[in-house]
Amino acid sequence: MATTKRTVEVELSTTGLDAQGRPQRVPLAVDEGGNVLTMEAPLGIEPDLSGEHMLINLGPQHPATHGVLRLVLELDGETVVRCIPHVGYLHCGFEKIGEYRQYNQIIPWTDREDYLNSPGNNVAFALGAERLFGIDITERCTVLRVIACELSRIISHLVWLGTTCIDIGAFTPFLWAFQQREEVYEMLEMWIGARLTTSLTRVGGMGADIPDGFTEKLSAFVRGFPKVVDEIDRVITRNGIWVGRTVGLGVMSPEEAVNYGLSGPMVRASGVAYDVRKDFPYLDYETYDFDVPVGTNGDVYDRFLVRMEELRQSTRILDQALKRLPDGPVNVDDHRVILPPKSKATSDMESMIHHFKQVMEGPRPSTGECYVAVESPKGEKGYYMVSDGSSKPVRWRIRPPSFVNLSAIPRMVEGHLLSDVIAINASIDIVMGEIDR
Amino acid sequence: MTEGDAVNGVNRDGSFAPVIAGSALGATAAPATPRNVPNRGGAPNESIEPMRQQFATAVRRVDVVWGETTVVVDPTRVHDVIRWLHDDPSQRYDYLSDVTAVEFRDLEQPLEVVWHLRSLPYRRFIRIKVLLERGAALEVPSVWDIYKGADWLERECYDMFGIKFAGHPDLRRLLMWEQYNEGFPLRKDFPLRGRFSRSEQLRQALAANPEARYSKEELSIADAFEDLPADMRRRLTTGERTGE
Repeated sequence: MATTKRTVEVELSTTGLDAQGRPQRVPLAVDEGGNVLTMEAPLGIEPDLSGEHMLINLGPQHPATHGVLRLVLELDGETVVRCIPHVGYLHCGFEKIGEYRQYNQIIPWTDREDYLNSPGNNVAFALGAERLFGIDITERCTVLRVIACELSRIISHLVWLGTTCIDIGAFTPFLWAFQQREEVYEMLEMWIGARLTTSLTRVGGMGADIPDGFTEKLSAFVRGFPKVVDEIDRVITRNGIWVGRTVGLGVMSPEEAVNYGLSGPMVRASGVAYDVRKDFPYLDYETYDFDVPVGTNGDVYDRFLVRMEELRQSTRILDQALKRLPDGPVNVDDHRVILPPKSKATSDMESMIHHFKQVMEGPRPSTGECYVAVESPKGEKGYYMVSDGSSKPVRWRIRPPSFVNLSAIPRMVEGHLLSDVIAINASIDIVMGEIDR
Repeated sequence: MTEGDAVNGVNRDGSFAPVIAGSALGATAAPATPRNVPNRGGAPNESIEPMRQQFATAVRRVDVVWGETTVVVDPTRVHDVIRWLHDDPSQRYDYLSDVTAVEFRDLEQPLEVVWHLRSLPYRRFIRIKVLLERGAALEVPSVWDIYKGADWLERECYDMFGIKFAGHPDLRRLLMWEQYNEGFPLRKDFPLRGRFSRSEQLRQALAANPEARYSKEELSIADAFEDLPADMRRRLTTGERTGE
């Protein structure tokens, strides 16, 4: 018996039944003579959809991908079978441009790669350049850079926390996190005049010493901030929805996490106690008393817990840095890299020559190469610089932590549901400016 | 916790055992920030002596620059050297930090491919280098079979320098799009502003078809390929790309 399907349009009524007393808008089976068959009659064989896979294109302009990331997903029902990531939409050739810039001129570019961690990038780049120049920075500068690094870790983790909460469906922590982030940005504005793209460091020192009133503001922040972290903790850490949407997702075992090159909170959530600040220290981090939080399951929830604890540990480091902040000069006394004071440059012959040489030719390091890694909020951020003795590097390579972390996303999402892709992707804490560079 | 006790982060009795960097060093002093590092010279990495014994002919040169050990290795043996560094229980370079390449302004100098490896248990850092002479094929073995993290790092290196990593499962362009045909941007013969004018780049961008943003492999998912218009299918099967 040949049957055809069609939908009968009927007036809306509150009973849910049409004029003939049948349920509304159901496909009716009609035989060749136009007679409506009863609902119990077979409607023909439904096509079997269980074996069909669906192609879903997530991004590049979807807000939940945290930037212009595009994931091509193969779905079986709602389960991800395969994930093919596409990156590069923000590629602007930072490394190429760096080969045409003097060392101090590259510092503004480092602001713009991982733009949530600009002060940290500035510090990392300056450390690398100073290694090439063979400069040891002053005591005060070291402590100021620690403050800059930890402040930028706090703002980066706060943005991560806020946006991830929005992705998973909690709005309030976003506002609380951004309020605190605003406080840090106000401090950075006091310090250097810029908020997002700070260009805080110079080779051999800092762009500016901290202004009057900065330490008071910072110590007020150090006192007040842990309370906000506790508050966010109370709202989401044991929240049923939050736990249900994060536990057991995107699990990476410790061996896998190391083999995939994950770093930062990603690798620590998997139970690997690897922190560049502890294991390959810089800026005298070995003299600060802080703990490295380590997760046990390596899932999205553990990454969240690790980052929450890192916020508290950063506050501890800030507190110690404030207490030990020594007086003294910020910049090294080295006329190869640091400009002489303006008054001397116009009155003293030798200072004028140094000023002229630095501005016109740029500082020249000796030939050599170095790889300097720091613990950025995302993980191990490395700058590999090669110098041929000229004032511009031959090669300036950024080792972007979230690039390597993101490369493991097919391994993490495959087998999970489509909605979990959002949570897993958020847990990586990607910044596309850094991935695409 | 003793070495080899923990499997996948779990002790034999089921309790959790974190992997701790520096665990193989025992109770030696904690690392400190390096100071007054000399430009050249200094003690090389502890792995150099055993490496020389193991690979006498493959190790061509060892430099210590700014306190970091650089080993220049024979291109044909580099995979063996890295495999040994990763597997040997006295080395355990289990973490691949970076894979990249360097081309010098002096175009007579060979192109360098650089691997940065870390041994987390021993807290060591080593730089492995391969020199690719001018005129030689730009090809080195892939370390993807040792470190899964090499996947994107090698793809980016191929994308930017045109160096082929033999054995990589999916060596495609990564940051640049797949139809990009201007060459390899980080090579020194590539102009800073690109090869084409802005208007030509814009024309090519506008001429590109959306389906070119999917690979044929991706379109095979859900038979999306079969649903495309006939002319798109023809272009994709012949490999013809628009905008070139």
